[in-house]
Amino acid sequence: MGSAQLEVLLQTLISGLLLGGLYALIGLGMTLIMGVMKIINLAHGELMMVGMYIAFWMFTLFGVDPYLSVFIAGPVLFFLGIAIQKFLVNPVLKVDSILPENQVILTVGIGMVLSSAATIAFKSDYRSTPVSYGTSAFYLSDIWKGSPIELSLSIPWSVSFVFALAITGALWFFLQKTDMGKSIRATSQDLDAALLMGVNVQRMRVVTFGLGSGLVGAAGCLFIPIYYLYPALGGQFTLIAFVITILGGLGSNVGAILGGLILGLFESLTATYVGMGWAPVGRFLIFIAALLFLPGGVASLLRRRTFGK
Amino acid sequence: MLEVRNLDVFYGDVQVLWDVSFRVNAGEVVAIIGANGAGKSTSLKTVSGIVRPAKGEVLFEGVPIHLRPAYTLIDLGIAHCPEARKLFVEMSVEENLDMGSLKGEARQKRPQTKEKVFGLFPRLAERRRQLAGTLSGGEQQMVAVGRALMSLPKLLMFDEPSLGLAPILVRDIFNVITTIRKEGVTVLIVEQNVKQTLAIADRAYVLENGKVVMEGKGQDMLKDEHVQSAYLGV
Repeated sequence: MGSAQLEVLLQTLISGLLLGGLYALIGLGMTLIMGVMKIINLAHGELMMVGMYIAFWMFTLFGVDPYLSVFIAGPVLFFLGIAIQKFLVNPVLKVDSILPENQVILTVGIGMVLSSAATIAFKSDYRSTPVSYGTSAFYLSDIWKGSPIELSLSIPWSVSFVFALAITGALWFFLQKTDMGKSIRATSQDLDAALLMGVNVQRMRVVTFGLGSGLVGAAGCLFIPIYYLYPALGGQFTLIAFVITILGGLGSNVGAILGGLILGLFESLTATYVGMGWAPVGRFLIFIAALLFLPGGVASLLRRRTFGK
Repeated sequence: MLEVRNLDVFYGDVQVLWDVSFRVNAGEVVAIIGANGAGKSTSLKTVSGIVRPAKGEVLFEGVPIHLRPAYTLIDLGIAHCPEARKLFVEMSVEENLDMGSLKGEARQKRPQTKEKVFGLFPRLAERRRQLAGTLSGGEQQMVAVGRALMSLPKLLMFDEPSLGLAPILVRDIFNVITTIRKEGVTVLIVEQNVKQTLAIADRAYVLENGKVVMEGKGQDMLKDEHVQSAYLGV
């Protein structure tokens, strides 16, 4: 391999990793909700779109940096998620319906309403936040003068990645170390046992939906410096989150992180070596491959190692 | 302490408990014995609020509890060590124990109670960081019992604690139940392992097809002809 090819490969892997970190955050939100509620939230991407609009308007109207908007969009989406769960999902859960998964269908409807509302309110124009550091990058040759190859690290991509990492770390701490986090995990593992332990399961569901929404809202703020925003963008990200959740193994947090990274790398490799437009095709190939060959997702491999089954 | 009066319970259209009444006095060990499907587990689940009765009532220390949300019963001092253990399999032993002590006094005394549980089951102390799902059946049962003890219960209900365990482990579990009782915890136990259960029980009820058909002292029941032929294979 010549140094030029090596450069391309390494650059592709770096971009894939950075993208994967953001994907992991999107997937984590959906996985959390999946674990506790046992439903796929098909409005996930649309919630991210709402987060992106919050970051966009905060930037456009008040000049607030999109990364600071994480602390605005995150909480706003947290409460939006709580409201959706309390006033829409919970009542539907209680109704006997001819459709077994009517809550899932409800989330499709919520997604439609959100994206239509955004179209009416903000038109279908493409938007972006032209931040001053939008095109700047670190170069390998800056720190290593005689480097035989040249690699660049886009600043907004890197900052977004670091933020995603920090949020994931905070989530991990919450889930592992606090009683409430443990209660959320317990609820997703055995609902009746959690009830017997005194966990208010209903409340955990509400909090989890809020948490999942808040996470994807924060992810929206990390995406806007590097992505265009338009009202219909949600559907694509719902699909991405869905693929990551399947790839990771339904309801597994570690699986979702690995699933996000794998998808990011895979898309980046497809874009470089097959062609830009082929990335979504790559996404579906890996989705189908996961369904066929690894139906339990990455989590099933981890589980096999720990439990020996 | 616990008084169950005239329970009728349905699963969908099927009635599984018919006019079931029983009573547990403070300090007692009371057993409910019966065959598979007799309604033993359902009786316990009704007490702990997982299943709702169509008729009848459950009183704990004189207060009706059958309409309270299930998650609040642990606050009153009722712990339920459920059938098939129902551990949080992807959490460590220690995290499972933490889950038993989420609220109130139990939360404040978590470190001390945990040490006590580890004293009772030294094996769990060795495996405190191991995922509960990777433990053997006997160890899992220890975690389930330990988790229930963590809530500092007044009434501890066991649902088939000996299920699937080797005879030597069954003996250990019954020894532990005796120890728990000596510490002043009232015990309600549901079992198919009739002989050993009656040996430690002050009183017992026999449940057949969802109805209480007999009640009496544990020792007397061991000698009863019906119990001997139906449950002890004599």
